[in-house]
Amino acid sequence: MYGVCIALLPAMLASFYFFGLGAVTVMLASVCACVFFEWAITKFILKRDRLTVLDGSAILTGMLLAFNLPSNLPIWIIVLGALFAIGVGKMTFGGLGQNIFNPALAGRVFLLISFPVQMTTWPDNAVDVDTDALTGATPLSLMQKAITEKNPSLLNDLPSSLDMFLGLSDGSMGEVSALLLLLGCAFMLWRKIITWHIPVSIILTVLAFAGLLHLANPIYANPMQVIFSGGLMLGACYMATDYVTSPMTPKGQLIYGVCIGLLTVIIRNWGAYPEGMSFAIIIMNAFTPLINNYCKPKRFGEVVKKEAAK
Amino acid sequence: MNLILLAIIALGAIGLISALLLYFASRKFAVHEDERIGQVSAVLPQANCGGCGFPGCAGFAGACVKAADKGSLEGLLCPVGGQPVMEQVADILGMKVEASAPKIAVVRCNGSCENRPRLVQFDGAQSCKVQQMTGMGETGCPYGCLGCGDCVEACQFDAIHINPETMLPEVDEEKCTACGACAKACPRQIIEIRLKGPKGRRMVVLCNNKDKGAIANKVCKASCIGCGKCVKTCDKFEAITLKNNLAYIDAEKCKMCRKCEEACPKGAIHAINFPPRKPKAEAAPAPAQAGEKVPVATATPNVQNTQNTPINSKEQ
Amino acid sequence: MKTFKIGGVHPEENKLSAGSPIREAQLPKQAVFSMFQHIGAPANPVVKKGDVVKVGTLLGEAGGFVSAPIYSSVSGKVSKVDVALDASGLRRMAVTVDVEGDEWEETIDRSKDLVRLSDRPELDAKTIVEKIKAAGVVGMGGATFPTHVKLCPPPGKVAECVIVNAVECEPYLTADHRLMLEHSEEILVGLQLVMKAVGVTKGYIGIENNKPDAIALMTEKAKQYPGVEVVPLQMKYPQGGEKQLIDAVIGRQVPAPPALPIDTGAIVQNVGTCFAIYEAVMKNKPLIDRIITVTGKSVKQPSNLLARLGTPFSQLIDECGGLPEDTGKVIGGGPMMGKALLSLDVPMTKGSSGLLIMNDKEARRAEAEPCIRCAKCVGACPMGLEPYLLSRMSEQFDWEGSEQNDVTSCIECGSCQFTCPSHRPLLDHIRVGKATVMGIIRSRSQK
Repeated sequence: MYGVCIALLPAMLASFYFFGLGAVTVMLASVCACVFFEWAITKFILKRDRLTVLDGSAILTGMLLAFNLPSNLPIWIIVLGALFAIGVGKMTFGGLGQNIFNPALAGRVFLLISFPVQMTTWPDNAVDVDTDALTGATPLSLMQKAITEKNPSLLNDLPSSLDMFLGLSDGSMGEVSALLLLLGCAFMLWRKIITWHIPVSIILTVLAFAGLLHLANPIYANPMQVIFSGGLMLGACYMATDYVTSPMTPKGQLIYGVCIGLLTVIIRNWGAYPEGMSFAIIIMNAFTPLINNYCKPKRFGEVVKKEAAK
Repeated sequence: MNLILLAIIALGAIGLISALLLYFASRKFAVHEDERIGQVSAVLPQANCGGCGFPGCAGFAGACVKAADKGSLEGLLCPVGGQPVMEQVADILGMKVEASAPKIAVVRCNGSCENRPRLVQFDGAQSCKVQQMTGMGETGCPYGCLGCGDCVEACQFDAIHINPETMLPEVDEEKCTACGACAKACPRQIIEIRLKGPKGRRMVVLCNNKDKGAIANKVCKASCIGCGKCVKTCDKFEAITLKNNLAYIDAEKCKMCRKCEEACPKGAIHAINFPPRKPKAEAAPAPAQAGEKVPVATATPNVQNTQNTPINSKEQ
Repeated sequence: MKTFKIGGVHPEENKLSAGSPIREAQLPKQAVFSMFQHIGAPANPVVKKGDVVKVGTLLGEAGGFVSAPIYSSVSGKVSKVDVALDASGLRRMAVTVDVEGDEWEETIDRSKDLVRLSDRPELDAKTIVEKIKAAGVVGMGGATFPTHVKLCPPPGKVAECVIVNAVECEPYLTADHRLMLEHSEEILVGLQLVMKAVGVTKGYIGIENNKPDAIALMTEKAKQYPGVEVVPLQMKYPQGGEKQLIDAVIGRQVPAPPALPIDTGAIVQNVGTCFAIYEAVMKNKPLIDRIITVTGKSVKQPSNLLARLGTPFSQLIDECGGLPEDTGKVIGGGPMMGKALLSLDVPMTKGSSGLLIMNDKEARRAEAEPCIRCAKCVGACPMGLEPYLLSRMSEQFDWEGSEQNDVTSCIECGSCQFTCPSHRPLLDHIRVGKATVMGIIRSRSQK
């Protein structure tokens, strides 16, 4: 758990740099609220002797939740989100290891549905000067607007994919710098905290699906811009790979990743919300037990059995 | 206004149609069940412990009704509800039940930390089953209680707990329903479902060690060494048998004379729930000589210990 | 470089005693010979109290086909034929001999000269198997399956090759490694004997690449032995498992039980077994001693001892500098599959490949935390099972589910438990599940 937290550090520092003090407040509020709720619920409601606060999972949930929020969100909303994430998303199922949905995502989706205005009003990226003409509008809403208005010229206002890759665009705290997120992801791969299957399958699926759409009709955005925008990198590397809520076997993980990729593009392009990553992951979280049930690892000797049958 | 009216009509219509559908479905697909099964179920404890040998209380109710149709409730007993419940069941079914004596779970091991010191420490999964697979367990006794509490977990009535001092499970006589879940859970078959006895009094060999005397003697201060003294003492009633170096008291034959308790050189036989024994006639003058030990106590050192045995109830 | 295909882990090697040559352990004062030194029916004692025995005198005859006789490894007087504590923590039938002198049975050839197969052309397959059976040779890797049973494939199965298991994938253990360095020719002759006994012309010796000196030596010596090939293998635990080794060396996988390794046409023998076979057939020496590694981070002299069977473990530890003060656990076998000993007074048996003394800190298990479903155990399982699932099912007494998820395929290698970041006792529970399911299957087939 702490390994993932370390992997998130560069992106966190970048968000502090881009969004200033607001980001620090959001991050602190979110982490503290998550840890507090975890402690309070285990101690006073579940009445367990062993407190699991220090295993790092609550801190991670807090960090991920903060990454999914705009940096100017009022603190009471953050606390509410943390309560939902920890209280409903995790502890109702029995705590660490038992939850069906990624707690941080559950918190974010709860907030997104309950407070749509606050959740989709982003402050200007403090460093970015190019997009000041479009205050508050993120690349994602631009992309969706281009589709609904069937006007590909709107896409010209998008920042270049290199800018998006480096983090010079608007969005939630953790959505800005794909570069640093990938750096953290590489760290996790190197430490063998995660395997490549889920992130790679999600990103490749999105790339391929969005690429086909872009080729078919230019109102759909350039696939490179699609993968570097919004929470895709954050979701693919940190949220979808959550141990508890992702499938066990490589085969299952590939299916899971591909489905998340498809759902993300579908929701982004044709859904009501501009961002589909969190919904896609939550939906696939629900399918994880089913995938686990059908994607068994290849048993030793199975190959021989089939050959013998022939 | 119009909008509200429309909403009310629409919702009302949906409700009506659903209600009709449900009504027909419940009529069409109704399962006809013997009414008596429901009635019997209502008087059962609904603990679904399986102690009766059927899958849950509903299964037992069904079996009772079936048995009643055949004419006898023999062999059917809800160990949890016991006699009162069986009488109610019999009333509903218009039958009679024969009296059956109440039973209770007895932990046949007295290998407390004091009697049977821990030689090694088991640090694997805290489960008796797991420990049993690794061999002897923490003490030298391959038959005695492992103390991980598989029985505690199995009990649905909160009637058995590990005493942290002795590391042995203790049965709460009032809560125990003799459902047998603990006996099944114990990998060493230490727990026995025995007759509770008149006023809860019973004589039990609190040991399960089947090793030869010398070995059994070494591993535990309170073990049965299979010497057979108790068997000889009980030649009148023949309630005690010796099998595999282990004495066993047949609760149905036992006359509660407590002679075996005295005869046992290791204090493995325990008299449970008996009132404290009066000092014997010849021992009577002994207390006068302060400082000297009471002969009775020295002859049967563990009788005193009996007062503290786990199974003693609050009656004392 | 070859290795097996599914799962596997990389524990720290810790081969502390790799550099210390084999030395002979002192004779014990009293030797205890358990009648349960092998898998299968126990041996039946044929001596009684007061009998005088020599080195190589039969103490217990085989109790059936899947069984092996037990010979005395010391000379002296039988003092007890009774139950005694053995390394498995159970009291079982054993013969105790009070040692006097060191007299050997005259039939045993005690010279160190190498006898080649060409020196004894009269040996045919049947004689070889008979001699192995009579000498009480069992699998020396630790499983202790009677060797002659393995050399008699069930009807319909044909052996194609013999694989010598010289992997020694368990950390710390070096007994096989030293044996290869010091008795390479004997092992090769033993392999030839096995090949002749089962009528095959191809023999492989699988050695992990953490023993380059053994690979080089064996490759050099094997040149004189036609049909024998040394296969260097990539280091990975549990490569020494029979099924994993067959997969690694000839690339065939043994199907799920009840199939046997022989279904792939391979017969696997440990190096130690090959050496014992050589001694049994060429030197007429029954299995009375073996090489055992006594090691551990706090042990003064980690050593490889040639010790007589029946020697108490405590004596072996004394010979290596005594029991360190900070001892937390003494393990019979290697750290991955070995079992902690209840008492040090138990005797070594045919399957004792090592004695690992762990210090207090190493020995302590970390406290188990909740499963976070990270699937590391799924990735590590060399049998392609789902340990997290099997362990949970066993905890919940779901034997049916355990059976459906192939709990009986588990080889109890402990890779899952080793890799678990939450330190869960996965194997503990899976073992219970496996034993229970095996029992259910047996009782079902009896009906």
